[in-house]
Amino acid sequence: MVEVVRIVLSVLLVFTFAAVGVGLFLVLMERKISAWVQARIGPRHVGPYGTLQTLADLLKMLQKEHILPAGADRVMFELSPIVVAVAALMSYVVLPWGPGLIVRDLGVGVLYFAAVLSLEVIGILTGGWASNNKYALLGGLRSAAQMVSYELPLGFSILTVATVVGTLSTVRIVESQPYPWHTYPSVIVAGAVFLVAATAESNRIPFDLPEAESELVAGYFSEYSPLRFALFQLGEYGSLFATSALFVTMFLGGWRGPFELPVVGSVLSGIFWFLLKTYAVVFFFMWVRWTYPRFRIDQLLNVSWKILLPVSLANLLLAGLLVAWGG
Amino acid sequence: MTEAAAFYILTGTVLGAALVVVLSRNIVHAAVSLIPVLLGVAGYYVLLGAEFVAAIQILIYAGAITVLILFVILLTEGATGLRVRQRNEQVPLGIIGSGALVFLLITLLTRAPWPPAATPLPTYNPGAVGQSFLTAYVLAFEVTSLVIVACLVGAIVIARREE
Repeated sequence: MVEVVRIVLSVLLVFTFAAVGVGLFLVLMERKISAWVQARIGPRHVGPYGTLQTLADLLKMLQKEHILPAGADRVMFELSPIVVAVAALMSYVVLPWGPGLIVRDLGVGVLYFAAVLSLEVIGILTGGWASNNKYALLGGLRSAAQMVSYELPLGFSILTVATVVGTLSTVRIVESQPYPWHTYPSVIVAGAVFLVAATAESNRIPFDLPEAESELVAGYFSEYSPLRFALFQLGEYGSLFATSALFVTMFLGGWRGPFELPVVGSVLSGIFWFLLKTYAVVFFFMWVRWTYPRFRIDQLLNVSWKILLPVSLANLLLAGLLVAWGG
Repeated sequence: MTEAAAFYILTGTVLGAALVVVLSRNIVHAAVSLIPVLLGVAGYYVLLGAEFVAAIQILIYAGAITVLILFVILLTEGATGLRVRQRNEQVPLGIIGSGALVFLLITLLTRAPWPPAATPLPTYNPGAVGQSFLTAYVLAFEVTSLVIVACLVGAIVIARREE
């Protein structure tokens, strides 16, 4: 019974406080970083230095009318944003925030992560279709093609790490990493592949064809009015944070830092290092987004099938051979 | 108690969604309803302690195969939003076929010597699954890979013919 209460409480905490907080903060961060890259100031009127801007945006979104487009499929139109948001947030279950701080240390942790993240594309695809709008449908289809293609290199780089470490549990992956991180060549290559594939999985520039403004209005969420749009944003930024956190967990040593912070103890210090590293990776993703132009769809699929997939497959094979011969 | 409740909730979800898959006249709804069915089956695997199989089930069936099915439907001209006819002249044949299948399954399930419920479940960790693939079930494993390779080659041949 205690266990059930603990699970319900931690799920509520992660889904409401952590995820919504992260979503709001990442949107603000994105706007500030885009302003910095483009030599602007960015939001500055609401709150000190504009820090309350996204909160104000959210309050405004909550008051807006919900519009159902003519000819739309009502049930699927309403359900799709929820599917996207829930799929993104379900991956938080296996993120190790600090020593002993995890909702559930599943034996198949990283595999579970890849599995629930792959459900996100269903919401995007059905949302695009249910809108009864050709641009939304094209955005949804592009997104499906892209996410299915990039899931393979992403999965192979996760498998490479699992092969080297010998476990799928996120906690064990962190614990068995040498400090500060793996220097094994296969793991470094897997990390590079993971970074590119994760950018594509979260539909961000240079891989943001599903919502290419210049061609598709706004892609799969063109027809959505504010509250559901906010759910799509929550899913997008939620999965961005989750993939960054998984990158930190698998390749950058997770919650472990160069030293334990004084006074606060090992748990809080673990959270501090984990969040610091994760936000550094998130910053990298945003920096790339506002620096590079987007690919064409054929270039995008070529990068996946002709470069990333062979590289990650060969890398997995190499890692397997090394592990088998090395002991 | 908790497990029984989980089992009944899962079964309700699976059966309800499966009915939509079969009965819906909208082919996109049918394809989307496949997802709760597959997730529910993954839930059964979790109840049986087979976490690894459950994760693979979600990753491959719910996350990839259903997406491909949807993708094909949405790309096919005239297939979306169409009210597909659910009956044709083969209804009697279908009833006979499914009746025979139900009879066969019920006979098999009632006559099979089930092991007593108290035996501990085998461990389903990835290592054990891999070991049994390459030792006890190596023939079945290799035959399956051969079938999949044949499917891939066939798909490429069909795709190239159109050019």
